Amino acid sequence: MSFRERWQAWRYNRIPSHLIGEILTKRWTDNAIPFLALVVTLAIFGSAISGFFKPAALQASSRQLGEFSLVVTGVTVVMLGGGIDLSVGAIFGLACFSAVFVFFIMEQSIWLALAASLATGLVFGAVNGYLVGYLKLRAFLTTLVTLIFGRALFDILVTAYAAQVQLSDAESPILDYIGDGTFLGLAISVWLAVVFAVVTHIALTRSRPGWHVLAVGGSRRSAHNAGIRVGSTVFFTYVFSGLCSALGGFLIACRLSGAGPGTGQNLEIMALTAAVVGGVSLGGGRGSVVKGIMGAIIVLVMTNGLIRLGYGTGTTQMVLGLMLAAAVTIDIRWLKNRHKVLNEVYVAPVYLKMGEAQSAEPDSGTPYELDNRLSAAEHIGLGELEGPEDVILDRDDHLYCGTRHGEIVRFFAPDYKRSEVFAHVGGFPLGLAFDRDGNLISCVGAMGLYSISPERKVTKLSAETARSLTSVVDDARLRDPNDCDIAPDGRIYFTDSTKRYDAHDWTLDSIENRPTGRLLVYDPKDGSTRTLLDGYRYTNGVCMAHDGKSLFFAESWACRVHRYWLEGPKAGTAECVIKDMPGYPDNINRASDGGYWMAWLGMRTPSFDLSLRHPGMRKRMTRRLPQDDWLFPNINTGGVVKFDESGRILDTLGDLSGEAHPMVTSMREHKGYLFVGGILNNRIGRFRIAGADENWTSPASYWGGAK
Amino acid sequence: MRGIGWASLNQERIVLGLAVLLFAAAAVGLPGFLAPDNLIAIVRSVSVLGILAFGMAIVIIGRGIDLSMVAIMAMSVAWYLQLLNGGMSDGPAFLLVLAGVVGIGVLNGVLVAYADVPAIFVTLASGSFVFGYVRSQLITQDAVALPQGHWIELFGGVRYLDIPVEVFVFAALAVLTFLFLRFTKWGRYVYYAGDNPMAARNIGMPVRPMQVLRYVLSALIAFIAGLLTAASLHSINTRIVNSNLLYDIVLVAVIGGIGLSGGRGGVRNVLVGAALIGILLNAMTIIDIPTLYQNLIKAAILLSAIVIDGILNPRDEQTAQQGDI
Repeated sequence: MSFRERWQAWRYNRIPSHLIGEILTKRWTDNAIPFLALVVTLAIFGSAISGFFKPAALQASSRQLGEFSLVVTGVTVVMLGGGIDLSVGAIFGLACFSAVFVFFIMEQSIWLALAASLATGLVFGAVNGYLVGYLKLRAFLTTLVTLIFGRALFDILVTAYAAQVQLSDAESPILDYIGDGTFLGLAISVWLAVVFAVVTHIALTRSRPGWHVLAVGGSRRSAHNAGIRVGSTVFFTYVFSGLCSALGGFLIACRLSGAGPGTGQNLEIMALTAAVVGGVSLGGGRGSVVKGIMGAIIVLVMTNGLIRLGYGTGTTQMVLGLMLAAAVTIDIRWLKNRHKVLNEVYVAPVYLKMGEAQSAEPDSGTPYELDNRLSAAEHIGLGELEGPEDVILDRDDHLYCGTRHGEIVRFFAPDYKRSEVFAHVGGFPLGLAFDRDGNLISCVGAMGLYSISPERKVTKLSAETARSLTSVVDDARLRDPNDCDIAPDGRIYFTDSTKRYDAHDWTLDSIENRPTGRLLVYDPKDGSTRTLLDGYRYTNGVCMAHDGKSLFFAESWACRVHRYWLEGPKAGTAECVIKDMPGYPDNINRASDGGYWMAWLGMRTPSFDLSLRHPGMRKRMTRRLPQDDWLFPNINTGGVVKFDESGRILDTLGDLSGEAHPMVTSMREHKGYLFVGGILNNRIGRFRIAGADENWTSPASYWGGAK
Repeated sequence: MRGIGWASLNQERIVLGLAVLLFAAAAVGLPGFLAPDNLIAIVRSVSVLGILAFGMAIVIIGRGIDLSMVAIMAMSVAWYLQLLNGGMSDGPAFLLVLAGVVGIGVLNGVLVAYADVPAIFVTLASGSFVFGYVRSQLITQDAVALPQGHWIELFGGVRYLDIPVEVFVFAALAVLTFLFLRFTKWGRYVYYAGDNPMAARNIGMPVRPMQVLRYVLSALIAFIAGLLTAASLHSINTRIVNSNLLYDIVLVAVIGGIGLSGGRGGVRNVLVGAALIGILLNAMTIIDIPTLYQNLIKAAILLSAIVIDGILNPRDEQTAQQGDI
């Protein structure tokens, strides 16, 4: 091995560069930038202002923060729903005035003042919501007008009643407590803001109305077409925002015991800046309450900090402007380029030197030599089928296969001319197996392990396994369940080919070649799923041995077949029984003579084998070339291989014409015939096996004669 | 685009109808409303607002918005006057300020066009920045006075047929904007890019440079409006940035029927909007309604106008644009 290869093997197999891509797939990376900004802001102002973190100073600013956070929470919800609420400042002011009016002038109880505040917010929010939600006016313009209207009203009222408020001698211990008191060391407004934030967060992430808000914000039209009532959802976001602002206004009324002309002025711009700085996207659908609160803290610390540092008039606006511009630009550029960055870094190929393979060329004299026998297969369902990855026959000789459209299609014996959709599962049904009771078990690509009863009832058996402790991507979810077989005790052994790619991206997995394939077992007794083996290069076909004491499974990108022992001295361990094949193995099934059939989905090529020793080249290839120009495993030729219990190759069948069965992903022997399927094929082949037992069927031989 | 059968009662016509009704009512009910002096006063009162609205209209038709106009208008002139008061000679000071104005316009445009940042945020931020930077770093007081005998002061005193110079500038800019939008290639690009930016780009229009151009134009128009304000008041008060003026500009532009989604409207719509606001303000002043109540009435009328438009021309969920606020 040359030094270059050693270096490549070390660089690409030891340095976990695939983690960068996996981290970038996480939604929480969106929060990283605002969180970093928050930390930096706190650090700068904390060190620049002496006593910044003193409890007394924090207490004073935290009251303001509580009020402001409430407003920002409301604005965040509106923005998540795809709107914008500029009227928060006006609602804030008016709600403050309502409380002051009821309490100081009408001299009513503080609770009535609170009710008046909330009613103000409710009315304004409902007006906004009605105009924007039901009349579908433009949010920006509409709330701009209600802002002007509310501000004008507020200015009139404050001018008219300011003197009376000054003269009033109404007092209330509750008001003083809300305005100046603390509960468990924190100001009341902070408690309220926290409660509101938590409740809103839970509502948004875990309740139907909250999901509706996010759906409407994410895609209004899709939400409408999905039957969500867009109008009322939008309506309620504005009502909520109105209530939040009103509560903030009530709190400031308690704190200041009055309403001044400046109450709530420019609040809309501050709240908007806070939401955006926190990372809530304009246009809706992306963001969270936590982000809004982070933004609120940043904005408030900045503005208050600058005032306390004694910078002149205008500095606040200057910094707010810079902050808003920077935050929005970063947010937009990040949103826009995140998937590009992800595409660039996600594929992280590893180094692999494949073993020398025996030739599969015709007339080469090896057991692998391909011939043209499969081209003589009769076809079933030609042109009707798309992607019969696996085929299986039941005790009544009917033929089943999965299709690209998420259906299980049944062809009726004896001539297999008629067909029906047996069941619609969704996903892409891949591996199939019948259990003792005649239930059809299927590995459904991108979904999980499913069972279809003879009465066509579809049941999900498993979609997840235990999460491994060190994984970054969610490896509990089954991403590419591929093939399954059932042990005599009813346990279902199945493979999940890769943790890093979805089922349809299997080509990327082949290029990356990272060993992340697993062998899993589902136990029908308690419904649990366990991971038995991990770290194989695309685990594929699974087949129980004839005696039921071990199973064979294929490792596609390494061109190997392993045997996993269920019983006996080697129980729980796997050993490699066939290695360095010239083809990529797929499904494995039992044969009538005690051997096993194995499909080859494609053939190794010297060029791709060489590229596996050049991971850097493959990385550049996926980055710089369009997908059509990528080098990946040759799947234009495949075949069917027969091997015996010891792993010795007995026979190899192929279709050199490339017309009927260029790529084979499965085959099933039944009453002297071999039924052949291919995931990219448009037919099932039926091939007469010379000298095979004409009464042998897989269900009968494995599960016994009777049902 | 306009006047399609049942929807012929569009916003522009509603507002025009309202303006005519108001005008008629005021002419009948208010003594002295039809006097030439008063009519001139109406136009004069909305001339600065209208000029700003032309700039806003150009940007909005191109599917953008410029919320930094008032800041640019006030702060550029304040800086200019501060430089003059500080002893800088007129030429270099003017050029320096002009460069600053163009620079902010270019910055707005580049962020909107090339960084794909929503215009609302870019201009909100740049407006805030311009005000904050100039106020805290470049000038010393809220209001900056015009130096005695400066050409701007003389310009502000120009009268022709008793009509003040603002009205002429307003008219001239109206004609220029009209000619630009209607008859120049770049003006037509504004509509195409505003109506469908992707299509405009696909057929080879320089959509992004044109976007930058529009923000530079609106900044320059704001500068002109600022100079006119200084000419008539002999000083500039930067507190105007915190007033409702910015919202008034958007409303004058939009109330006349310029769609915020771009591609629709023109100078005529601005004139209609400005007429409504002008007549309204003038009538209220004659009746002696306090300014505070004037704001309330103005807002109520604007609200009813957009509500009526919303009822007559409802938006459809299937055709509404995502992220269109």
